[in-house]
Amino acid sequence: MTPEEIQTIAVNQQKVRHKTPYHVCVCTAAACHSMQSDQVKNMLFEEVRARGLEKECTVRGVGCLGLCSEGPLVVVESDGDHPTQRLYKKVKAEDAPRIIGQMGKEPVADLLCPSDLPFFTKQKKIVLENSGLIDPERVEDAIALGGYAALIQALTDMTPAEVIEEIVHSGLRGRGGAGYPTGLKWSTVAKAVGAKKYVVCNGDEGDPGAFMDRSVLESDPHRVLEGMIIAAYAVGAQEGYVYVRAEYPLAIKRLRNAIRQAQRLGLLGNNILGTPFHFHVDVRLGAGAFVCGEETALLASIEGLRGSPRPRPPYPAQYGLWGCPTLINNVETFANIAPIIRKGSAWFAGIGTEKSKGTKVFALAGQVKHTGLIEVPMGTTLREIVFEIGGGIPEGKQFKAIQTGGPSGGCIPEKYLDMPVDYDSLSELGSIMGSGGMIVIDETSSMVDVAKYFMEFCVSESCGKCVPCRVGTDQMHRLLEKIAKQKATRNDLALLEDLCDLVKKTSLCGLGQTAPNPVLSTLRYFRHEYESLLRAESHARS
Amino acid sequence: MTAQVRIKTLKIDGRDVSAREDETILQVARDNNIFIPSLCYLEGLSAVGACRLCMVELRGSSKLLPACMTHVEEGMDVITQSERLAKYRRMILELIFSERNHICSICVSNGHCELQSLAQKLGLTHIQVPYRFPRFQVDATHDRFVIDHNRCILCARCVRVCDEIEGAHTWDIMGRGIEARVISDLNQPWGESQTCTSCGKCVHVCPTGALFEKGKSSSEMAKRQQFLPYLTLMREGKQ
Repeated sequence: MTPEEIQTIAVNQQKVRHKTPYHVCVCTAAACHSMQSDQVKNMLFEEVRARGLEKECTVRGVGCLGLCSEGPLVVVESDGDHPTQRLYKKVKAEDAPRIIGQMGKEPVADLLCPSDLPFFTKQKKIVLENSGLIDPERVEDAIALGGYAALIQALTDMTPAEVIEEIVHSGLRGRGGAGYPTGLKWSTVAKAVGAKKYVVCNGDEGDPGAFMDRSVLESDPHRVLEGMIIAAYAVGAQEGYVYVRAEYPLAIKRLRNAIRQAQRLGLLGNNILGTPFHFHVDVRLGAGAFVCGEETALLASIEGLRGSPRPRPPYPAQYGLWGCPTLINNVETFANIAPIIRKGSAWFAGIGTEKSKGTKVFALAGQVKHTGLIEVPMGTTLREIVFEIGGGIPEGKQFKAIQTGGPSGGCIPEKYLDMPVDYDSLSELGSIMGSGGMIVIDETSSMVDVAKYFMEFCVSESCGKCVPCRVGTDQMHRLLEKIAKQKATRNDLALLEDLCDLVKKTSLCGLGQTAPNPVLSTLRYFRHEYESLLRAESHARS
Repeated sequence: MTAQVRIKTLKIDGRDVSAREDETILQVARDNNIFIPSLCYLEGLSAVGACRLCMVELRGSSKLLPACMTHVEEGMDVITQSERLAKYRRMILELIFSERNHICSICVSNGHCELQSLAQKLGLTHIQVPYRFPRFQVDATHDRFVIDHNRCILCARCVRVCDEIEGAHTWDIMGRGIEARVISDLNQPWGESQTCTSCGKCVHVCPTGALFEKGKSSSEMAKRQQFLPYLTLMREGKQ
C-alpha cells in the first residue's frame, strides 16, 4: 500500500466513527476481561439490537481504561451538540438495559464514576494516548488516530540518520528499567558492522505487580509495531522478534493479530509502503523464566537455548542474536517512538525533568484506593502518585513505604515522598525506576516480610548459572526467614549484609546484581524493624 | 593463513605483560604464573564466567570483572589480589561448600579435588554460612562411571566437554536456581543414556568428586585433564 492509501483508511475510518451519535466503549484489557467484560460487551450489543438502535449507537471493545480496580469499565460517549462522556464502573452484564436506556438522559447514578478524579486529570498520556479509545483488534482504528503516520514520515521524509538524531535529541531513555539512552543504543547498532541485524522487543515483563507492557500490547499493539519498524529502518535491520511471556495470552493474541493486519496493509514485510525497505516480525513466547527479561538470556531463549545470561561485553548491540548486531528495547520504549517522530524531539524533550524526559507508565498496586495503570510525566512526586492519583491509603491506615522496581528495586519511606520520580533520584534513594511496578505498603505490613517475599522470588527465578546468585539468594532468604521467626542474632544480620554486598558485586547478570536491593533498601530505612526481631540477647558464638 | 593478531601490553599486579588481543586476563595471568583462582574455567573449553572466583579489579574502576571472560586491552591495570577480592572469593567458596554435601573425608576425590585444594590455598578454615544439607541421589547406573550430585558445584565443565569436545551433548542442566542440577539426556539414568559414548571426558574434567570412575579408591582417583589442551590444539591445527 502507498502512504496515500493509508491516509484514505484514516479518513474513511473517521467518517465511520461519526456516523452514529453514541459510542459505547467496553474495556477489554486483561483486568476487565477477567471480570467478564466480554459478557458485558455482548449484553450491551444485544440490548442495542433489541431496541433497534444500531444506527444510533455502536458498541466496541477498547483497550485499558486505566482504573483497573473499578472494572469492568464502560464509557458512553455522545457526539451531538453537547458531547459528553460517561464512565461507568463495576458494570455487570445485567446493567446493560439501564446503561443503554439512559443514553441521552440522566446517567445511571450508582454506576457512574466521576471523571474529574485526580486519577484521570493528573495523568499525561503519550504511550497510552490511544489506550481506551481504539479497538486494539482493528488496525483501521489505530490508523484513524494517527497510527503509522510516523512510519510514513520516517520512510518518506527522513534518512535513518535523521531518525536516530530525533531519538537522541528527544532524550528518551530505556523504559525497561536501567534507563540507558535509547538514541545512543540505536546509533551503536546502526554503526555496528554486520550483514544482518535484528530488532528485538522485550515484552518479558516479570516483576510481581507490574502490568504496563501487557496493557500496552493489549490496548495498542500497532504502536509497538510501528516503533519497531521505525527502529529497524533507523538501524538497518531486516528481521525482528517480539518476545512476550506466555502468561499474557490476550496480549499475544492481539499482537499476532496486529502483525497479520500490518502485513496485509504492507506495513510489514517486503517493500514497506512501496519503499525498498524490508522488515519481518515474529513473535516468540517465553516459557515462564523471569531471567529471560535480562537481554542476553532473552536472546539465548529466542535462539532456542536455555535462558541463561552471559557476561557483557560484548553487548547485544555488537554481538546479539546469532552473533549479529541486535537492538533490544522494551515495549514501552518502542511505544514512545511514533509520537516522538510525529511531534518532534523538542516536544518530547519539553516534558519531564532535566535528565529523564517524557512520561512513564506505572502499574499502581498494593494498599492504595485506586489501583491501575497510570502514565505521568517524569518528575511527578511520589506523593502525587500515591495520594492524589492513587487516592491515598484505604480504611484510614497510615502510609509506610512504596516499593518501586520490583525484585530489583527498593522501598522508599514517607520522608522521601516529595522526591520527583525519575531515573536518577530513585537510584539515589536505593531503589530503581525499573519497568514501572509500584506497590504501596501500609503500616500493617512488616518490611522484613516484604524483603523476604522479593528474595523468595529471586531464589526461584535465579537461573542457577553463577554461584553468588544461585546460593547467595537462597542463603539470604533463609536468613530473612530466620529473622522473621525471631530466631536470628546480630551475627546473622551482619552475615545478611555481607551476602548482600557479595551478591550485588559479583553476580553475573542484572538479576543477581540487583537481587539484594529490596533487603538493602529496607535495611537502610527500616533497620529498626529488623533489629526489633533479633533475639533479645544474642549469644555471639561463631 | 593466520590473520593479523595485535599484541597488547598491560599490567597485572604491577607487572608489565604482553598478550595477544584475543587472550583473556586469566590466560595471560596463567602464562605469567600469576595466580587467579577459578573453578568453572578450564583451558580448552569455552569460558562461561559462572563461578565468579576469578573476579579481578581494574585500577580506577569499582566494577569487578571475570578474568576468564574479559579480553585484554591496551594499558589495562589489573589487580588480582586485594582485601576485597580475597573476602569475596572466600565467601563464594563458603557458598559452594554450603550448597551441597561436600564431606571430604568420605569423598573419593579427597586429595585430588580442585575445590578442596583451592579452599586450602585461600586459607578457608571454617564456613560462616549455614550448611543446607540437601538430599541428592547418586546415579551409579553407568557401567564405568558414577555421578554423585552431592559433590557437584554446577561448574558445567562436564556439559561443555561433552558438547564441545566429544560432540555428544549427553549432559545438560535442568531446573533453575538452587534447584538446578546436571542431567543426562532427558533426565534419564546415566546408564540408559542413548547418547553417552562412555568416553569418560566428563569424569576427568570434573573438579570435584561429583563424577568418578567405579572401583577406584580415593588415592587412585586422580583426574587427568592433560588430554584437553592437546586435543583442542590438534583440532585447531596449530603447531
